[in-house]
Amino acid sequence: MNRSRSRYWSYLPLVFLTIFYLIPVYVMVMTGFKGGDEISIKDMWNLPQSFNLSNYKLAFEKLAPNIWNSLNVVLPAAILSSILGSLNGYVLAKWKFKGADIIFPLILFGMFIPYQSILIPLVQVMDKLGLYGGLPGLVLVHIIYGIPITTLTFRNYYASIPNELVEAAKIDGAGMFGIYWNILVPISIPSFVVVLIWQFTQAWNDFLFSVVLTSPKNWTVTVALNNISGGQIVPWNLQMAAAVLAALPTLLVYIFLGRYFLRGMMAGSLKG
Amino acid sequence: MRNKKEKWLAFLLVSPSILAVAIFVYGFIGWTTRVSLSAWKGMTPDYTFVGLQNYAELFTNNLRFQIDIRNTVIFTVIFVVGTLLLGLATALLLDQGLKGEGFFRSLFIFPMAISYIVTGVVWRWLMNPAQGSRLSGLNLLFHTLHLDFLNSQYTATPEWGIAFIAIPAIWQLSGYTMAMYLAGLRAIPDELREAARVDGATEFEIFRHIVLPLLRPVTLSAMIILGHMSLKTFDLVIAVAGKQLPLDMPSINMWQTTFDAHLYGSGAAISMLLLISTAVLIVPYLFFSLRKEGQQ
Repeated sequence: MNRSRSRYWSYLPLVFLTIFYLIPVYVMVMTGFKGGDEISIKDMWNLPQSFNLSNYKLAFEKLAPNIWNSLNVVLPAAILSSILGSLNGYVLAKWKFKGADIIFPLILFGMFIPYQSILIPLVQVMDKLGLYGGLPGLVLVHIIYGIPITTLTFRNYYASIPNELVEAAKIDGAGMFGIYWNILVPISIPSFVVVLIWQFTQAWNDFLFSVVLTSPKNWTVTVALNNISGGQIVPWNLQMAAAVLAALPTLLVYIFLGRYFLRGMMAGSLKG
Repeated sequence: MRNKKEKWLAFLLVSPSILAVAIFVYGFIGWTTRVSLSAWKGMTPDYTFVGLQNYAELFTNNLRFQIDIRNTVIFTVIFVVGTLLLGLATALLLDQGLKGEGFFRSLFIFPMAISYIVTGVVWRWLMNPAQGSRLSGLNLLFHTLHLDFLNSQYTATPEWGIAFIAIPAIWQLSGYTMAMYLAGLRAIPDELREAARVDGATEFEIFRHIVLPLLRPVTLSAMIILGHMSLKTFDLVIAVAGKQLPLDMPSINMWQTTFDAHLYGSGAAISMLLLISTAVLIVPYLFFSLRKEGQQ
């Protein structure tokens, strides 16, 4: 009895927490709808007079090239780093070579480093390779620094697959590639989804690499948004509309594929 | 025979990744180390060896770096403690099998899907420090609700501005610790609590003497992950407050010292100190996580 009453009372803090988590969303979405005459200080918290889409249209016109840049970076980066991670995970789980157990943690360490510590050489090398300022360089960087987390996720998954399955296939005459392609890839589709959406989210939300490596016309959406909001020139309603647009792709992925997103998130703490 | 060939093939398959990480992580760290020990100032590389001079100057002759250290400590403590407590509280609330649990869980985690830049843009609006007739954002909301004691100068607070950057950071990451704690709570067998209840333990005693000790490994993992994130904090500060000296962090300092002021040696030294402090947290964590896995 005591416990069911405490359960009932639990909704009170939950309502407060819901408000805490949703206030920024309310502000962002509602301010985005407001006209120029409604963004004075006293109207800040009021609902918009009408759900006017003109800010969102204007923000989209402003951000469209950057959204396009982001997509051009994020999609190939997510796909390629997933493929690499899957191959690495397969070998490190099922075809352990000498030293594999030393190499694995050395690869993993790469996902925890502050990227400032590689930034100076990175800029130099990208410049030498003629990749500084453009999008292909950014794709390459996201792929390489994505290898640790994608390798980790796939290795943990493939390690959970019984070795007997692989051994039996070997006896049946299947080769290394055959086993990978015909047995492990089909059953690891969910892991591919996990890794793809995690890498998509990470790369879409990245700021540091984009701001260092791209020239203004190649700015990704986060850099462009920071630039829009940094000055005093762009009015609040437009800033908020732009923030909503920048958040929307990853938010939609979260809403529709939340289960997979959660698994990617937990993989980052090495808990598989 | 065939097996041996396949093993070679397997190694060949991972070698591009190994090579890439070897160069882009370890090679570059080595390179940065060399820059940090050099006299490089200005646009053209200069690798003249100066020993630890850049490091020594940071600690003895650099007010900005002192601010960085202080800010990092304040931010880390508030952010880590706040995120752990809020995550634990929400996990305990949701562990009771309430109706709507799935909804609340998704709601508390969604900020993880958003970029720090977006979060920063909104929270800058919310944490507007203006006072008097220009009252706005959260301060205006508090005033309307007659909660004026909550009025704050936020990031404009003298000395303690950085503490307020922890609020959006907690907002963004408490869902992550909630998910970790929830998984930890679900792993505690019900029989354990039942047995304690039969023995007459109160709910609080069960929490204090059974649940909390069993959650210790989760707390430790979360502390390390959050701690290393807070050392690296960069985008959020920039998006909330721009680049202001009182709110400076090592990551921003490194950035401006290197790419704006072209003091490459000094910038590299800052980034190496950042790397070392991260490694102190992460290397033992990696070591113990993987060793535990090997034992299972």
